Amino acid sequence: MSLQSTTWIIRVLSAIVAASGFTTIAMADGNGRAVPLLPLYKQECAACHTAYPPTLMPAASWTRIMGNLSKHFGADASLDTVTLKELSNWVNAHAGTYKRVSEEPPHDRITRTVWFDRKHREVSTATWKLPAVKSAANCGACHTKADTGDFNEHNVRIPR
Amino acid sequence: MQSFKPFLHLTRHAAALLACAAFMPAAHAATPADTLAGFTTQAGIAAVAARGQEFFTKNHGREWTCSSCHGAVPTQTGKHASTGKPIGPLAPAFNAERFTDKAKIDKWFRRNCNDVVGRECTPSEKADLLSWLISIKPI
Repeated sequence: MSLQSTTWIIRVLSAIVAASGFTTIAMADGNGRAVPLLPLYKQECAACHTAYPPTLMPAASWTRIMGNLSKHFGADASLDTVTLKELSNWVNAHAGTYKRVSEEPPHDRITRTVWFDRKHREVSTATWKLPAVKSAANCGACHTKADTGDFNEHNVRIPR
Repeated sequence: MQSFKPFLHLTRHAAALLACAAFMPAAHAATPADTLAGFTTQAGIAAVAARGQEFFTKNHGREWTCSSCHGAVPTQTGKHASTGKPIGPLAPAFNAERFTDKAKIDKWFRRNCNDVVGRECTPSEKADLLSWLISIKPI
């Protein structure tokens, strides 16, 4: 193998290594607006819950959430200042700006948005109460690829 | 000199990859025993495992106890009390990642003590708890 082709292979491998952290794509709005999930976001936020795509709420909601992490929906989710700054910048940069998310939902809960209700109107009360579902925030109970930011209807499996 | 260029590129890329490989896994590596020794030094008194077990199990006057998320027995997978997300076992003998990353240890003690006790835990409480968790071994 020539030196040139070895160099080329190493370059390609390096590019793959660099890109591998960004392979998870959020397509939550179903309109093809894809946002790769930042690895630090997944690491910190998905330690406790689904890595909710930032496109699902406007920047004003995210700013309030990130500014009050020590009282985060009933739990202390505080971060060190460096991590907080990086994550705040990222969620704000990728917050939803299109029509569906122009409203700031009550209590800054994604599950209280008008579109969330509309999208889930066929889900029965009994389904929401299933032990495997438990909470509307538990996206992964039905959206089998939620942890990768994929909320496509074709990947929905409602537990029995 | 033209013929050296590809070689330079090769060395640079290889060096970058090696640097990543060398630094990533070792970033904050410590053993649970090292961590316990650190807390014990800060506390200035010897750790008592039985006291750690009591701390873990008892209700400290708030909604959640340690067991609410980590399970009654810290050797099994727990479940986040509000989101239901699985939480790996807390006892190091059952989960090799536990108590090896200082930043992670500090972050979770700060958050969880605040939720369970309503304040930061003292170094002595942390040492007691960790000495109990380390003492739990597979039968």
